[in-house]
Amino acid sequence: MNWLLLALLAVPLAGAAALTAPAFAGRAAGRFGIAVSALTFLLAVVVAVVFDYGDAGRMQLETDWSWIPGLDLRFHLGVDGISLPLVVLTALLSLLCFVHLAGRPPDGGRVRALVFTLLVLEVGMIGTFLALDLLLFFVFFEVVLVPMYFVIAIWGGRDRRAAAVKFILYTLLGSAVLLLGLLVIWAQAGTLDMVELTARHGSGIARSVQIVAFLAVGIGLAVKTPMWPLHTWLPDAHTEAPTVGSVLLAGVLLKMGSYGFARIAIPILPEGAAALAPWLGALAVVGIIYGSLACLAQRDLKRMIAYSSVGHMGFVLLGFATLTPVGVNAALFGNIAHGLITGLLFFLAGGIKERYGTADLVRLGGGMLRRLPYIGSLLTFACVASLGLPGLAGFWGEMLALFGAFRPAAGLSRPLFLVFMTVGGVGTVLTAAYFLVMLSRVTHGRSRETVPVGPPLASAEEVRVVLGPGEPVEPVATGTAVAEVEGSHPPAGRLADVTSRELVAWVPLVALTILFGVWPKALLDLTGPAVQAILGLGGGAG
Amino acid sequence: MIQSIDYTAIAVPLILALTAGLVLVLDVFLPARPGGGRLLGVVALGGVAAAIAVLVAQAVQGGERRTFCVPPSLGGGSCSFVLDRFTLVFTALVLAAGVVVVLLSMAEPASGRIPVGEWYFLLLATLTGAVLLAASRDLVMLVVSLELVSLPVFALTALRRYDGRASEAALKLFLVSVVSTAIMLFGVSLLYGVTGSVYLDRIAAFYASGQGGPIGVAPGVTTVAILLVLAGFGFKVAAVPFHFWAADVYQGAPIPVAALLSVISKAAGFAGLVLVLTIALANQAAVWAPVVAVIAALTMTAGNVLAMRQRQAVRLLAWSSVAQSGYILAPLAAFAAVPRDAAGASVAYLVFYAAMNLVAFGVVMLVSRVRERGDLDDYQGLAFHSPVAALSLAFSLVCLAGLPPGLAGLFAKVVVFRAIVDGGLGWLAVVMAANTVVGLYYYIAWTARLFTPLSTGASRPRSGPVAVAVGLAVAVTLVFSVAPQVVLSAVG
Repeated sequence: MNWLLLALLAVPLAGAAALTAPAFAGRAAGRFGIAVSALTFLLAVVVAVVFDYGDAGRMQLETDWSWIPGLDLRFHLGVDGISLPLVVLTALLSLLCFVHLAGRPPDGGRVRALVFTLLVLEVGMIGTFLALDLLLFFVFFEVVLVPMYFVIAIWGGRDRRAAAVKFILYTLLGSAVLLLGLLVIWAQAGTLDMVELTARHGSGIARSVQIVAFLAVGIGLAVKTPMWPLHTWLPDAHTEAPTVGSVLLAGVLLKMGSYGFARIAIPILPEGAAALAPWLGALAVVGIIYGSLACLAQRDLKRMIAYSSVGHMGFVLLGFATLTPVGVNAALFGNIAHGLITGLLFFLAGGIKERYGTADLVRLGGGMLRRLPYIGSLLTFACVASLGLPGLAGFWGEMLALFGAFRPAAGLSRPLFLVFMTVGGVGTVLTAAYFLVMLSRVTHGRSRETVPVGPPLASAEEVRVVLGPGEPVEPVATGTAVAEVEGSHPPAGRLADVTSRELVAWVPLVALTILFGVWPKALLDLTGPAVQAILGLGGGAG
Repeated sequence: MIQSIDYTAIAVPLILALTAGLVLVLDVFLPARPGGGRLLGVVALGGVAAAIAVLVAQAVQGGERRTFCVPPSLGGGSCSFVLDRFTLVFTALVLAAGVVVVLLSMAEPASGRIPVGEWYFLLLATLTGAVLLAASRDLVMLVVSLELVSLPVFALTALRRYDGRASEAALKLFLVSVVSTAIMLFGVSLLYGVTGSVYLDRIAAFYASGQGGPIGVAPGVTTVAILLVLAGFGFKVAAVPFHFWAADVYQGAPIPVAALLSVISKAAGFAGLVLVLTIALANQAAVWAPVVAVIAALTMTAGNVLAMRQRQAVRLLAWSSVAQSGYILAPLAAFAAVPRDAAGASVAYLVFYAAMNLVAFGVVMLVSRVRERGDLDDYQGLAFHSPVAALSLAFSLVCLAGLPPGLAGLFAKVVVFRAIVDGGLGWLAVVMAANTVVGLYYYIAWTARLFTPLSTGASRPRSGPVAVAVGLAVAVTLVFSVAPQVVLSAVG
């Protein structure tokens, strides 16, 4: 049944091609997008059904054609326990994005162009997770850049142009370095086939070359993941992107980087990974702490969620750095959990921004639970899931990553990783802190009946100017005070709570978050054998 | 002594030269009436098409043809004109680009300020030179055919009457070219003096035999000769430090001539460079490879940095083509380690580059018919009033940047990167990686303009021949994107 994976790529691509026909205009494009992505999601589900779970460590449903013999490039696709969840997640999030889009057309208009762009994006994202040839992986890795650039640059917020340019230049720089690393592997190993390279476990590549290649590949992937200090493109891109852009950026694009670590960097360059793992771990925990502290300082809801991604991806990278089955499983679990939860958070942030006209925490004021009980509850749920409450999906990735750091792979310095574990533990506390502070500001407190118009207040100084001297700049009080000051503005009408279309888009994410929270084994059983295979620990490789 | 000439081998340049003469004669004898220019264009196009047909026949036949050889009585073996795979690839490139340039020209002389007969004559003469150059295997013929490429281009540049900018561009090009020819001739004469032969294979044999110097000064002289030859070709391909003429000349020249300069003239320069370096001086790679590496790094950097500041479409393309020259040069620097891949990568990149660049020039030509200034701002909102032109331009720019969906450009860069990495030139690979990012900045900025809404309505540019030219170039680029193997197996 190897046509399945081809169809996964061909359906969105054909959908995008069909959209160029002049028949599509206005709302038809939105529905067409839903239909195409639903079909894609259906195919992904079929893949998940026919997948042989007894042998999750083996590549399945492979397609292997020669494409460009001159470059050794083969059109080689396949899924195993590592890629399957990501493929399904990608198809799901894309579908939900189209559902969201149909409910609320984008600000920039031009629905057809946006649907086209998102479908091309979907091809690139799914292709990245399916590719089993280093160059093919790179090609799909690059396919997402141009569509995402346009999503941000055309349908984004006020500073969209700068954010889009920053995004594409930054990630292309990463990609160029990644390409060099892949070519080094190729020059040394003489093949681009990931399955074969994984089976070799680095034999045939000298240790020094492995270190250089891991460095290049790692930097390339770390830009995308993103790892501190290469994350600076992310807050701008996430903040300026439209809701669907943010969801796909956080939910899928970041995963392409971390997936690369699991698929390429660690299995193909084990000695390089062992040599550089302490650095990876150190940067990961710096990212955890940095992301949390940055979140505490944010005043914009979307920006705060963006920075929280830096922290969460830090846990994922820490899991990889341990080079143990527990750690890598944790990283892969964290990947999926972050995709679900942060996707939901960005949907919610988008919904809130639509209603209030701003995502500025001060302007939002308090009392959301009273004004918009459903959205307020969902926001509370997503934040609590994100901060890692046991019983929800966010918990397992972080807990297992820390557990992995408690007992890192042989050859890695245990005291060092114990320090990482401790710092990461502090990070979880800080994560809880900023989410709870945000919730206390937004969902609790006195509700404001007016929604001020005008540009968001950018600093505490501006708030002070509005309030006059002597007033305390305390979150809730500030919100209400601003409302009083700006009372002359016409009051906005009652805000509508969650719509049915939004519920359709959001509920699957809520359900999966709970499912994986109470039954993590569902996912860990899938990734486990594959992780054994990539770490060369026998089992599953057969 | 009577030489036997293999006329099938030289059929392609012969057809082009005869067509050039025919065009000139027709121009004199045809009655002057409106539409006559179009007829001459069709004749020129027919000539190029006939040459392509012959070329296809030669390619299908396969094998290697040689003519103008040294007779056996004089030692034999060496030939001045060789039709091998390298020649075929370059001839195909030149002729395909020739079709596009002729089609672009059919829109240009219609403005009435250009004498049509002379225009096509000069154009065909340039093509003849470029085709001859790729087949040349001796230094004298290389220089002569390189001049045959260059001289008509000055005239083409200046042919637009009463245009100060065009005259300035022609003068600049003329001075630069004459100086470069003089420098190269000096280098060539030194090579001849040291080795005692003008034939590339004999020069190679001389160095391969380990005759470092029958004369005491030979090693130093060889080095000087190599540097002078490099400098001469450096002018032709607009490599740093001989790049400064590019933007002014491209801007001043009519757009078809700018396209010709950036593709055909450049391809000719590279063909000569590759021939001299990889055949005659293969054994001296230790001398020239590091120089080429440094020149390549400087060229791509300078071209990209200068392109970032441009507000004019043609000037931007001029600097971008300088940067692309750097990418084409780069693999040659790895020649010592991977001789076959290095030359192949250079030629492959050149072929990819030619296709994508011609698309860009075609659309620029199309837009220039509506808006004379050619500022980048003129392209704002192009996607809304002429979507096909905008998509073509966007595709070619993304190709030049080397990003999907412009897979042709991506694979071209991968080929070059591979040669460099295989050759162990890590630093050059890093420089090129950084340059790729710098290049993306201006390509994507231009692409974004195409899709930025514009409030004022704009008339839709139309031109039959230009549309055909763009269509051809886009089709070829698409084929290269989906099946780059076509190029890779041709040059491999």
